[in-house]
Amino acid sequence: MAHRIAVGFKDAIRDPHGEKIKRKIVEHLHIIVEQVRIIDVYTIDGHVDQAALEMIACNPLSDPIIQEYTIDGQLAKQFDWLIEVGYRPGVTDNVGKTAREAIALLLNRTLSATPAVYTSRQYLLCGPIARYEANRIARDLLANELIERFDVISAKDWIDQRERPPQAPRVEVSDDLRVEEIDLDVTDEELLAISASRTLALNLSEMKILRDYLRRPDLQQARRAVGLGGMITDLELESFAQTWSEHCKHKIFNSLIEYEDERGNKTLIDSLFDSFIKRGTAEIRKKRGANDWCLSVFVDNAGIIKFNDQYNVVFKVETHNSPSALDPYGGALTGIVGVNRDPFGTGLGAKLIFNTDVFCFAPPDYDRPLPQRILHPRRIYDGVREGVEHGGNKSGIPTINGCLVFDERYLGKPLVYCGTGGIMPARIGGKETHTKEIRPGDLVVMTGGRIGKDGIHGATFSSEELHAGSPVTAVQIGDPITQKKMTDFLLSARDQELYRAITDNGAGGLSSSIGETARLSGGCIIDLEKAPLKYPGLRPWEILVSESQERMTLAVAPEKIAAFLALAEKMDVEASVIGTYTDSGWFHVRYEGKTAGYIELDFLHSGLPRMNLEAKWQPKRREEPSFSEPADLGGAIKALLGRWNICSKESVVRQYDHEVQGGSVGKPLVGAKNDGPADAAVIRPLLDSFEGLVVANGICPRYGDIDTYHMTACALDEAIRNAVAVGADLDHMACLDNFCWCDPVQSEKTPDGQYKLAQLVRANMALYDYTTAFMVPSISGKDSMKNDYQIGGVKISIPPTVLFSTIAKINDVRRAVSMDVKRAGDLVYVLGITKRELGGSEWYALHNFVGNRVPKVNAAKARRLYRAVSRAIELGLVASCHDCSDGGLGVALAESAFAGDLGLNIRLSRVPFEKINRNDTLLFAETPSRFVVTISPRHQEAFEELFTRLAIGLVGEVTTARVLQIEGIEGNIVCRESLDSLKAAWQKPLGV
Amino acid sequence: MTTRVKSIVISGYGTNCEMEMAHACRQAGADEVDIVHISCLLAGEIRLDDYNFLNLPGGFLDGDDLGSAKAGANRIRFARLRDARADKAEKLYDQVIRFIAQGKLILGVCNGFQLLVKLGFLPGINGCYDTQQATLTGNDSGRFEDRWVSLKVNRLSPCVFTKGITGLYLPVRHGEGKFMAASDDIMERLWQNGQVVCQYSDPLFERAVMEYPGNPNGSTDAIAAVTNETGRIFGLMPHPEAYLHYTNHPRWTRETLPEEGMGLLLFRNAVDFIRSESFG
Repeated sequence: MAHRIAVGFKDAIRDPHGEKIKRKIVEHLHIIVEQVRIIDVYTIDGHVDQAALEMIACNPLSDPIIQEYTIDGQLAKQFDWLIEVGYRPGVTDNVGKTAREAIALLLNRTLSATPAVYTSRQYLLCGPIARYEANRIARDLLANELIERFDVISAKDWIDQRERPPQAPRVEVSDDLRVEEIDLDVTDEELLAISASRTLALNLSEMKILRDYLRRPDLQQARRAVGLGGMITDLELESFAQTWSEHCKHKIFNSLIEYEDERGNKTLIDSLFDSFIKRGTAEIRKKRGANDWCLSVFVDNAGIIKFNDQYNVVFKVETHNSPSALDPYGGALTGIVGVNRDPFGTGLGAKLIFNTDVFCFAPPDYDRPLPQRILHPRRIYDGVREGVEHGGNKSGIPTINGCLVFDERYLGKPLVYCGTGGIMPARIGGKETHTKEIRPGDLVVMTGGRIGKDGIHGATFSSEELHAGSPVTAVQIGDPITQKKMTDFLLSARDQELYRAITDNGAGGLSSSIGETARLSGGCIIDLEKAPLKYPGLRPWEILVSESQERMTLAVAPEKIAAFLALAEKMDVEASVIGTYTDSGWFHVRYEGKTAGYIELDFLHSGLPRMNLEAKWQPKRREEPSFSEPADLGGAIKALLGRWNICSKESVVRQYDHEVQGGSVGKPLVGAKNDGPADAAVIRPLLDSFEGLVVANGICPRYGDIDTYHMTACALDEAIRNAVAVGADLDHMACLDNFCWCDPVQSEKTPDGQYKLAQLVRANMALYDYTTAFMVPSISGKDSMKNDYQIGGVKISIPPTVLFSTIAKINDVRRAVSMDVKRAGDLVYVLGITKRELGGSEWYALHNFVGNRVPKVNAAKARRLYRAVSRAIELGLVASCHDCSDGGLGVALAESAFAGDLGLNIRLSRVPFEKINRNDTLLFAETPSRFVVTISPRHQEAFEELFTRLAIGLVGEVTTARVLQIEGIEGNIVCRESLDSLKAAWQKPLGV
Repeated sequence: MTTRVKSIVISGYGTNCEMEMAHACRQAGADEVDIVHISCLLAGEIRLDDYNFLNLPGGFLDGDDLGSAKAGANRIRFARLRDARADKAEKLYDQVIRFIAQGKLILGVCNGFQLLVKLGFLPGINGCYDTQQATLTGNDSGRFEDRWVSLKVNRLSPCVFTKGITGLYLPVRHGEGKFMAASDDIMERLWQNGQVVCQYSDPLFERAVMEYPGNPNGSTDAIAAVTNETGRIFGLMPHPEAYLHYTNHPRWTRETLPEEGMGLLLFRNAVDFIRSESFG
């Protein structure tokens, strides 16, 4: 017996969410609707008596002031179409879960004695809408059929439905919980078929390695001793597939690569990761010697550096691209709460203090037909934005900055980079917190959420291109409140020293978290039936690899377990002992007393031979643009300000809480009207100290169309430059590298794999060259290598994309500066030389060209300039500082002016430049390592002295005129634009 | 002898501004400041009775899944204390009611304000604290927003937190801040009693504004903050604990501002009031 409680607004009450849906239907689907109103439906899957139902419905399910409800009746009235959207069985229903908990409290019952609650939503549409239009609204806007089901009901049919009993989307329980054995002694074709049908993403040679491993006589004997047969079990196969997935193993970054450059010189690269990334950091640390503030790099879930003597900071950026392509909201939400668990599960665990997000989408105004299974970029944009909003805001972690990048090639897969920082005491109970230790005999404890079928095969699925058979179970919805409850509990447990080690359950679930941590003690034995499930019917292998969210795995010493579990119970968080860490050398998994998997730990982690790959670099020659300098450069600046990649992102920024935790100093929006684009975020993580952190990002995929070496150099320079612009200490700055690539392995599917791999090699070369030159070490990173879409004859590959995220210290946040000009009469400087570097620029893109002269970084010069800028800021000489990036000097000047609500009078002839004879080139070249700075005239001497022998130019002054006036190289006025018109152009595309 | 100011800041189940709220209490000079997870109250380890200044910080109680603070209000109303030694009949709710009856101070910010309203503690007209008389619901814009707003303070209000303050500049960070009363009659009483404490206003704090974005949510009469009849329970949507130091101000790099942020004034008033004779 199920009951349905429907809750809607009273007639006279506005329904803002309904109004928003209406706007979207009209603006995005171009269907005329007059009104949309929303009714929330709670299906209570069990018997509850009428009086109790009344109590539940009246409060908490409805708000008596503004809402009305019916119980087992029809609340909907006055509509032409009713669309009801509910989750498919097994999909996380956060509202349903909260409702159930509230009902349990209200009725004074235990949770297990309270019926499950499922939510759905009715959209009541009024207007002359045809049935096919109503279906389109359901399919293209309201529901995602991967995770949701919907009904489209006309007003007439609705009346006939009065007697229809409520349906609850219960998960169909299977009672077949066998551990299956799989014969690998089969033909190559059959091996491949096994891999494909189970979404293992293992290739033939990997399958053969497993086949051969099973044949080892010593192994056969060991297996028999624990009661296993000779064939591999499904659980073991899944565990190997997860551990050996590209996602978890980074096979490409660790491969042997023969790289051939454009002159035919060949070099053998023994692991990109070791040769470029780790080596660079190691060399920087060695050079810093006693002043090395890196504490833990590349070994844990996130990188750790020293903040001060008492505290360390932790930082990680992850991607969640494939799930976000299928379900933008759930994918992005899971992305953000997922990356939260990385710093949280690093060392002994860090308190989370900021998020930073970077999204790469196809333009929202994309108007051509969409390939199969691809969602419209507008929908991806809205869904991802909202997912990250809910994940970040509800977790109480400020989203302090980020950026949006647009390129049509992100149509196949959007990139959703989510980053999180944390802070931890350097010592707890006298022990350092940045390392991990587990002893044999420690208990394996899982805490937080329960395990369901959601998120099975996430690791393997994201190691393939998006194809027609991509599994829907890989998609899931995060639950920030369950996670918040868990992190509240675990921080308390950490400070009471109740656990020895912590790690998160992300990709690969328990298989990964326990499989990895078992290496610290040398083995483990776990009993899967002890892991709490969302519903019965999961097979053992599903329990092991499910990526159900909001879970951490801990090692707890036996003498602490009672206190640990008691604290968990008190704080309303589930925690279960599911096994023991051992030193047996085996990853031993049992289910109801019987061995379901017995894997040699060494082989699991080291049994996979490295790939041999070939890379061949051949620079592409692009057409050199031919257009003349426009007469109206003011118009050109406005056209650039209105580009997707440059325009204001205020409408997104405002929807993220960037101030929670009280340490907000440098906000994402700054200036006279709180709407100018800040270069970097500044926060004060300890409220009783003025020491701060600066966080910035750098990303410029367009340059990769010419050369990924310079793209990578420019991205790093941009991340550093942005941080320097607000006052970061260059000597206490680290970065994270984050590679998103299209498949770089030569094959039938990828005939240009050697070129794409060469692009990857070159990006890594630049990473090494420039991190070491800037002395900014990479402390952690991530790679996502299969960002392709391939269905039918259509293949879409993302442009190779590298994101650098910097984290730096600022010794006194009161010295931080912002990008908005401050006072009329201040002097305007351009710092850094401008070259004829328009290749891959927004200016060329506006004219549909790529060009060839890609911006190049001179790190030695840039570093000297950055040190001088830092010094000037530290001395309080700088009124405003803004970095020049997309759109060059023209955009930077305009932004600095309208953010400060003051005019500028600029003479281009005073800008330091080289080999430039056109005003548009000078204004829009994207040469890196440049700033627009304003200072008070009284600081002129002191300021210029700091920049002796550096390329700077005093180019003009700040005026009260509220006009951007630019005098060209020849002395004629080439731009005279009001601040209002510039700002309007900049704010138009995405609104405020 | 002056009363010691004992401040409790409640955390847990999705609350997330507890750290800065506690910092505000400390900065304001409270003698004791404890961040207490609600589970410690429910376990009976800590009792509200031992404090005189209750802080309900912002956040998303239970994700605001059933509407802002609704599941949170349901917990306070129905959760029973777990500790066997405690009086079995007692609920957390009973402790809060006693706290109010004793005239102690309660400050609810954002989600804390929503909680006070959903519990019926605000506006509490006629001293009636068990019936919801108003609500805070979805912004007219249909979206969550982080935005600084100006607030005109009602000088005629009995609110002890805003004594001597004419205007405030603070950030709102909410999706459900639109204040609506159950009836016109209640609205009228609110004004009569001076229970409307702050209205979204122009930057000079001279006139209330109904237009977006000055009024960020479409609140009735631009109401941003409300007190009870005694002026001792105070709820507001903007975040005073987010502006404790001048570097929190969005334009601190371009304006000359006092060292202390405006938000701190509310906490100072609370602390001063508890130490004063009027606290009783």
